[in-house]
Amino acid sequence: MIPFVEKRGLWFAISLIIIALGLVSFLIRGFNLGIDFTGGTILERGLPKSVSAKEVREVLAETGMDLSSAVIQPMGDGREVLIRAHALSTEEIRLIDSTLREAYGQAQVRRTEVVGPTIGEELVGQSMIAILLACLGVLAYVSVRFQPSQGVAAIIALIHDVLVTLSVFVVLGKEINGPFIAALLTVIGYSINDTIVVFDRIRENLQFSPSRKDLVRLVNESIHQTLTRTINTSTTTLIVVMALFLFGGTTIKDFTLALLVGLTAGTYSSIFIASPLWTAWRLQKDRDLAAA
Amino acid sequence: MGRGRGVRLVVILILLLVAGGVLYTRPINLGLDLQGGIHIVLEAVETPELPLTEDAMNRALAVIDRRINALGVTEPVLQRLGDRRIIVELPGVEDQEQAVGVVGKTAVLEFKDPTGETVLTGADLAKAAVGRDHMGRPAVDVEFTAEGAKKFAAVTTKWVGQQMPILLDNKVISSPVIQTPITEGKGQITGSGFTTESASELVVLLRAGSLPLPLEVMEIRNVGPILGKESIDRSLRAGIIGIIGVLLFMFVYYRLPGGMANLALAIYVVLVLGELALIRATLTLPGIAGVILSIGMAVDANVIIFERIKEELAAGKRARAAVQAGFSRALRTVLDANITTLITALVLFNFGTGSIKGFAVTLSLGILTSMFTAIVVTRVLLDLVIDRDPVGFSRYLGVGEATK
Repeated sequence: MIPFVEKRGLWFAISLIIIALGLVSFLIRGFNLGIDFTGGTILERGLPKSVSAKEVREVLAETGMDLSSAVIQPMGDGREVLIRAHALSTEEIRLIDSTLREAYGQAQVRRTEVVGPTIGEELVGQSMIAILLACLGVLAYVSVRFQPSQGVAAIIALIHDVLVTLSVFVVLGKEINGPFIAALLTVIGYSINDTIVVFDRIRENLQFSPSRKDLVRLVNESIHQTLTRTINTSTTTLIVVMALFLFGGTTIKDFTLALLVGLTAGTYSSIFIASPLWTAWRLQKDRDLAAA
Repeated sequence: MGRGRGVRLVVILILLLVAGGVLYTRPINLGLDLQGGIHIVLEAVETPELPLTEDAMNRALAVIDRRINALGVTEPVLQRLGDRRIIVELPGVEDQEQAVGVVGKTAVLEFKDPTGETVLTGADLAKAAVGRDHMGRPAVDVEFTAEGAKKFAAVTTKWVGQQMPILLDNKVISSPVIQTPITEGKGQITGSGFTTESASELVVLLRAGSLPLPLEVMEIRNVGPILGKESIDRSLRAGIIGIIGVLLFMFVYYRLPGGMANLALAIYVVLVLGELALIRATLTLPGIAGVILSIGMAVDANVIIFERIKEELAAGKRARAAVQAGFSRALRTVLDANITTLITALVLFNFGTGSIKGFAVTLSLGILTSMFTAIVVTRVLLDLVIDRDPVGFSRYLGVGEATK
């Protein structure tokens, strides 16, 4: 048997190290926030030939616009270019398009996104509210169906999943945008599902052995009894997400990456974090009661 | 027992037929990110002269609606968002400048004399309301500002008996004939053709032009048709590869019952797509991801149930009893687990915008439908298997010779 509960310090430490790395990255360079949050412009244009970022920047210098803070990067086979800049006006976008067309003969509009700064501020607020409410809803339901202490442990596991996913994205320098938030909420939904299955088994086993004489063993057994299910479900879900990640095209690559990281973290937390944490808490409470 | 199962089989078949029929007659709407088009979010700007009222917003919507119709876009979407925002979606439109120009510009109302000269503008119009002519038929009363009244008096005196076209955004909305000079600044547009509806429609347009609400473009998302097509092709291909992976895994791990679960999964996919078509959901890229993800999660209930059945078999139960116990004991787990997921999906739906909402819809439908297929459909299919070969069942599940 794997000592899920006994060696909980080790499992918690693994997660804390990842989160600490994320925190350090965040302190050094902050989040790479997408235009959904900051406001700005994304232009994705198809060109007839392969180009370099430097080349496009030189071409765009002719527009006379200040694009020094803009990010310009070739995509795919180099015949696509992505320009990320502050919120541009429709006239400015037309100027960029006509300049590109003049230089390359063609500039096909693949995607244009312009987001005003106010929208971004609202998205930050709305995302926070959404995640908070999702957590509260889960807490309420789990408290009623199980024990309030299990509700709290489940929420800590969810916060763990969010923090780990966020950390991986910060360390990799990946963009945090609207789809990322959707991915996080999915991860929360999935991870709680996973955690509940284990809690459900603990609840059932407690009915047969209500004395809680050996809680550590009981919880450990419950995790083992549901382990095949946890691994199999994670496998089938990860198979589809992996397929989306590998073959789904560039548009949803970061979205599926967030899912991939988050689902892995969610599976980890429902085995190694939620139930061991709850057990530790119960044991502490029992000890406090005994001491009193 | 046999009869109940027969009924269930028939219900499943009927549902499948309905879903298939719906899909055939009413294909699923594709979001702008998949079919290409322009999505614009506008925000009304409050001015000291024009406070932001419900009425002002409705007039702004009426104006944009007219302009979109003039563009000839098929299935445009025009939506109020909160107090002061308007969402416009123009599928298939590629010219961003034209689109922004059309929906974002402030309405212009002009009164012209017969020579085509603009004699009054929206700023001169003080009031427009539905009224009655002397015969009690619907008409439109107009009232001008002091400045406007002077101009109006001059024009109506000069052009008695002639038409005075009224234009909104350069399109004629009415062309009344000047019957007598109107000097006191109050006139009435009459006509035997007026109904109460057409009169109030004209009033809305006149007022939209007289107190135009300035709109600011907050957000533009424009997806070219090629990128949209690529997104569909790629995510479909990825979905098919993912589904094949799941089917293989389930079959290898759970053998024949796994095969039954796979059949239930196929039914699940048809049902979910049918439901999406039925509620006229718009399928966006995150929505497709939601469907595909839900496929991975859909087998979860079956995995829980199968693991339970294996335990029951290992504990020495016979196949039929093991399946019975496995399903009933797993039910509580499946319900608790799925309800919590549903809670987060509902939060997403209420707080997300646009494509995130679409994702929440597909995820919720997916959870509900997968519970049905995993619990009801798989059960019926498994019972069929047990009926044929009650002894060999445990071997099918890969438990081996665990039966004592």
